[in-house]
Amino acid sequence: MAVMVLSAVALGSAAHAGSDAGAHAGWPHITKPIKGTHCVKPVPYMLRYHFDLLLHQREITLRKGVHGSKYDLTNCISCHVNKNANGQYIPINAPGQFCQSCHEYAAVHIDCFSCHATTPQGGGDDQTAAR
Amino acid sequence: MSDDRNTRETAGDQTGTGGIGRRAFLGAAGAVAVLAPGLGLAAHAFEARPDGVPASSKHRWGMLVDTTKCKSNCHVCVDACNKENGLYEEADPKDTAQYIRKLTVHDPDTGYTHYLPVMCQHCTHPACVAVCPTGASFKRADGIVLVDRHICIGCRYCMMACPYKARSFDEYTEKNQKWYNPRGLGCVEGCTMCAHLVDEGKDPACVTACNKTGGGAMVFGDLKDPTSEISKRVATEQTTQIRADLGMDPGVRYEGI
Ligand code: HEC
Ligand code: HEC
Ligand code: HEC
Repeated sequence: MAVMVLSAVALGSAAHAGSDAGAHAGWPHITKPIKGTHCVKPVPYMLRYHFDLLLHQREITLRKGVHGSKYDLTNCISCHVNKNANGQYIPINAPGQFCQSCHEYAAVHIDCFSCHATTPQGGGDDQTAAR
Repeated sequence: MSDDRNTRETAGDQTGTGGIGRRAFLGAAGAVAVLAPGLGLAAHAFEARPDGVPASSKHRWGMLVDTTKCKSNCHVCVDACNKENGLYEEADPKDTAQYIRKLTVHDPDTGYTHYLPVMCQHCTHPACVAVCPTGASFKRADGIVLVDRHICIGCRYCMMACPYKARSFDEYTEKNQKWYNPRGLGCVEGCTMCAHLVDEGKDPACVTACNKTGGGAMVFGDLKDPTSEISKRVATEQTTQIRADLGMDPGVRYEGI
């Protein structure tokens, strides 16, 4: 079931890169990253496995104490967050935002942001800037 | 908010309780001046761990608290901890997470009263880890005891097991968490020895604050490095572990208790 949902998203994503993006009414609008030209892995891999990367990474960062990894959740946020018209960050889990739009569409519920910060404050690439 | 509290109580300490306000203040200032070179050394005695390198069992982080320097009505360590870790006063203040508690110890016979901060003691054999049913309570290779909140089910066995009452349960939906301390409803939490700062080669927030505006009572360092200030003092001075009889071998040591 979940796999079917996923492949639907993956296919759809390929489609939205192509010409018939408008073909699916109500298809999630996936926001563009504010920086970076490539994701931390090729996009098809990210579509299929982004949650596995995160699951694995939290073990590495928290339990082993390894910092500065590109698969840190804070790092995803530093690229994939968006700003509003006033130049302020919009929480990445707000409606229509990067970590929300697909999940809403595919009825995936994640609790990560009940604990994790939803805007960059110094994690990821901004680490030194904000401290 | 916590800053106001901080200023008020520190000021009260210097003028009120002491009675000899100005002299006590000068004394404290002197102590800070004497300590300063040592602090400088301590600050550079351990280095930031480079990105990509895991915590290593070559280190064992510990703290030494000289309770004779810990002053009444001084909460700078607690306030600094709350600020650093994003702990906010909750609707019901008694539910507010406490990573450090400031205790008053009083001998009824002699009237001798002293004060000490008690936080997670980062034990070698932590009871919280032994009782945790999910493996969420764990000890990092360098001796820092943490909660993996991804796995914590909020059962609170660790809170019962810990003889130091070092852990808190988060009963509120949190906002404005710090990115390095994601905390939330339904999980147990406690002092992390500011692992995020230690990993960057800095002292924990409480130690920095105590040495800057408090009594200069706290030293942080590597117990496995014989040249560190903490190791030298543990080797030459009379230090105590609270409830050493339990055999958990705390990494936080005290003097004067
Ligand atoms: C109950 C609180 C809580 C929840 C819910 C939670 N985390 Fe975490 N997470 C933490 C804590 C605490 C850390 C340790 C922070 C550190 O070491 O920087 C952490 C660290 C991480 C890290 C490594 C550090 C980083 O910034 O990347 C990743 C990756 C991560 N979590 C992913 C997730 C994902 C994915 C979810 C949702 C499925 C999630 N977490 C839900 C508390 C939580
Ligand atoms: C260096 C910046 C950067 C970082 C860090 C980053 N990404 Fe990306 N991500 C991108 C770019 C660029 C794309 C491609 C967007 C496109 O093609 O429209 C992308 C695409 C994606 C996609 C596919 C979205 C789509 O439009 O189809 C997912 C899912 C994704 N990223 C998840 C993550 C996750 C999870 C993390 C953290 C582990 C992360 N990204 C970290 C820049 C980044
Ligand atoms: C391209 C659409 C898309 C984007 C963008 C996206 N996700 Fe997902 N995510 C999914 C889908 C689809 C699933 C369900 C996959 C499954 O169940 O096999 C999922 C599942 C997850 C899961 C596992 C949930 C569970 O219950 O096991 C986590 C954690 C997760 N995503 C985190 C994130 C985070 C964090 C971001 C933002 C950095 C993000 N995702 C962005 C599509 C997306």
